Amino acid sequence: MKVLVPVKRAVDYNVKIRVKSDGTGVELNNVKMSMNPFDEIAIEEATKLKEAGKVTEIVAVSIGPSQAQETIRTAMAIGADRGILVETSAPTDIGGVEPLAIAKTLKAIVEKEKPDFIIMGKQSIDDDSNQTGQMLAAMLGWAQGTFASKLELTDGKAIVTREIDGGLETIELKMPAIITTDLRLNEPRYASLPNIMKAKKKELEVIKPEDLGVDYTPRLSVVKVAEPPQRIGGGKVADVDELIDKLKNEAKVI
Amino acid sequence: MSVLVIAEHDHQSIKPVTLNVVAAAKKIGGDIHVMVAGTNCSGAAEQAAKISGVSKILKCDAPELSHRLAENMAPLIESLASSYSHIVFPATTFGKNVSPRVAALLDTQQISDVIAVHDADTFDRPVYAGNAIATVKSSDGKKVLTVRGTAFDPIANDDGNAPIEDVASKGDSGLSKFVKQELSESDRPELTAARVVVSGGRGLGSGENFALIDALADKLGAAVGASRAAVDAGYVPNDYQVGQTGKVVAPDLYIAVGISGAIQHLAGMKGAKKIVAINKDPEAPIFQVADYGLVADLFEAVPELTNKL
Ligand SMILES: Cc1cc2nc3c(=O)[nH]c(=O)nc-3n(C[C@H](O)[C@H](O)[C@H](O)COP(=O)(O)OP(=O)(O)OC[C@H]3O[C@@H](n4cnc5c(N)ncnc54)[C@H](O)[C@@H]3O)c2cc1C
Ligand SMILES: Nc1ncnc2c1ncn2[C@@H]1O[C@H](COP(=O)(O)O)[C@@H](O)[C@H]1O
Repeated sequence: MKVLVPVKRAVDYNVKIRVKSDGTGVELNNVKMSMNPFDEIAIEEATKLKEAGKVTEIVAVSIGPSQAQETIRTAMAIGADRGILVETSAPTDIGGVEPLAIAKTLKAIVEKEKPDFIIMGKQSIDDDSNQTGQMLAAMLGWAQGTFASKLELTDGKAIVTREIDGGLETIELKMPAIITTDLRLNEPRYASLPNIMKAKKKELEVIKPEDLGVDYTPRLSVVKVAEPPQRIGGGKVADVDELIDKLKNEAKVI
Repeated sequence: MSVLVIAEHDHQSIKPVTLNVVAAAKKIGGDIHVMVAGTNCSGAAEQAAKISGVSKILKCDAPELSHRLAENMAPLIESLASSYSHIVFPATTFGKNVSPRVAALLDTQQISDVIAVHDADTFDRPVYAGNAIATVKSSDGKKVLTVRGTAFDPIANDDGNAPIEDVASKGDSGLSKFVKQELSESDRPELTAARVVVSGGRGLGSGENFALIDALADKLGAAVGASRAAVDAGYVPNDYQVGQTGKVVAPDLYIAVGISGAIQHLAGMKGAKKIVAINKDPEAPIFQVADYGLVADLFEAVPELTNKL
């Protein structure tokens, strides 16, 4: 089976971002960028399935700037066989290519590549949308297994355990299907040096959104981007007695 | 203008977050209808009819909606969409699963996690783990939103008298099937609606030690939450996770025990009125957001606190 894994280049999860002073967005110059953590989990899962003999080919796809080639190379160092970059200079966090447009792009790629299923992240940690997988499933008329913490492929079906508000839910999906990853699905490996070297030689195709006939005109205009209200923290208490006294008499919350 | 709110419910009754979502819908303006889709869901529909300011309940009662699978829910909502300018979901795992599927069918760009409504087209939403707030204006004819419940005060649910109208299901898609669920059983308040939340992190060291958190929570009538590290380590189930990619809480009092205060955790609890942090590391970032920080070994401080309350 062939699996498609969309991987996004996003701000590294350790970065504490700053809002631009002109209120147009978030400062991304000289900021460390990495693969969106949920997409690392997706590529790890695909690689494990390949190692288990259930998957024959993994194709990583990214929509983003030319530097997103590095993200695809990272995916290759973990296990992707091939990569496709849909290159655009439009931002992919806010005020640029939106999840609906990403999903349309991926749909066009699915029509060309004809994968048997798709594993992708549940959420980008920059735009925090949590939309693309569900949208793509709707556009393709496929089943969706979102927020997956366990995935089993048997008899042409996917059995997915999902993390939901009340606990866990297991569903059975007809293939082809889209799986979106949650944190507990697996622990992504570190790529080994030989695999990083090998990744450099794998095939990476660069195309343009126009080649796929997709339109990136945003549907949402960004009126402004602002800092959230700041909390004044840093208060300390000496011991448990002072804590209880403060909670009762100052904060009046107990 | 008219707004369709998709209710969160368990078939018998409406979940409290529905009241927060209706409050957000009120700020948009126009007629508000609430859809209750489920199996044997008259109980929930009747409760929804009592929500203040709602003019109609759409009830869709069908066997294939027992677990409200996205593949069955989305075509149903799409079939009703022509009568509405806005379709509004709670930003729960149910809402997040179904809503983008509906948005894509309607070719509209969803707005996720709305925390403020400026007007019918303009909304605030957090991005980058809540470290930036984007104000966005939609040019789509039809808007699909998910609403963060904690950002809106709930509407009253005792003076409404909306008529209940039956709508037909679009049937079973055959794409997906419910197999089983393992739900956490608890007598404690629901995490996202609790007035007090006590959360534990990796500092607890084991699932057994979480009994210290439980005892403190029981003393305070609080809900219990956790950091991702505590969930990953298997101390507590996944539904305890508070944060950017877990649940967002906004209680009057949040007590973080043995939690360092990573950006991703803060994203889920920064909205609490008062924050207490108990951590043995005086440099832990959690203290930067705490109103009352106690630098102490949790294994001494937490039992003492529980005993003295
Ligand atoms: C994509 C992504 C999404 C994420 N989403 C979330 C999320 O939604 N929610 C979330 O919480 N995290 C999330 N994280 C993880 C986050 O980055 C942190 O790793 C996590 O919050 C750390 O949990 P912790 O504070 O319990 O553990 P640690 O950072 O290990 O902190 C443990 C703390 O306990 C203290 N401690 C230890 N022993 C004691 C003692 N005896 N007494 C008192 N204090 C003690 C230590 O001083 C330390 O500060 C996410 C990460 C990624 C990459
Ligand atoms: N620019 C992109 N390139 C490749 N994949 C993407 C892109 N944006 C989103 N995705 C995929 O969609 C998932 C959900 O993203 P989002 O809907 O933006 O929260 C991500 O985890 C990725 O797998």
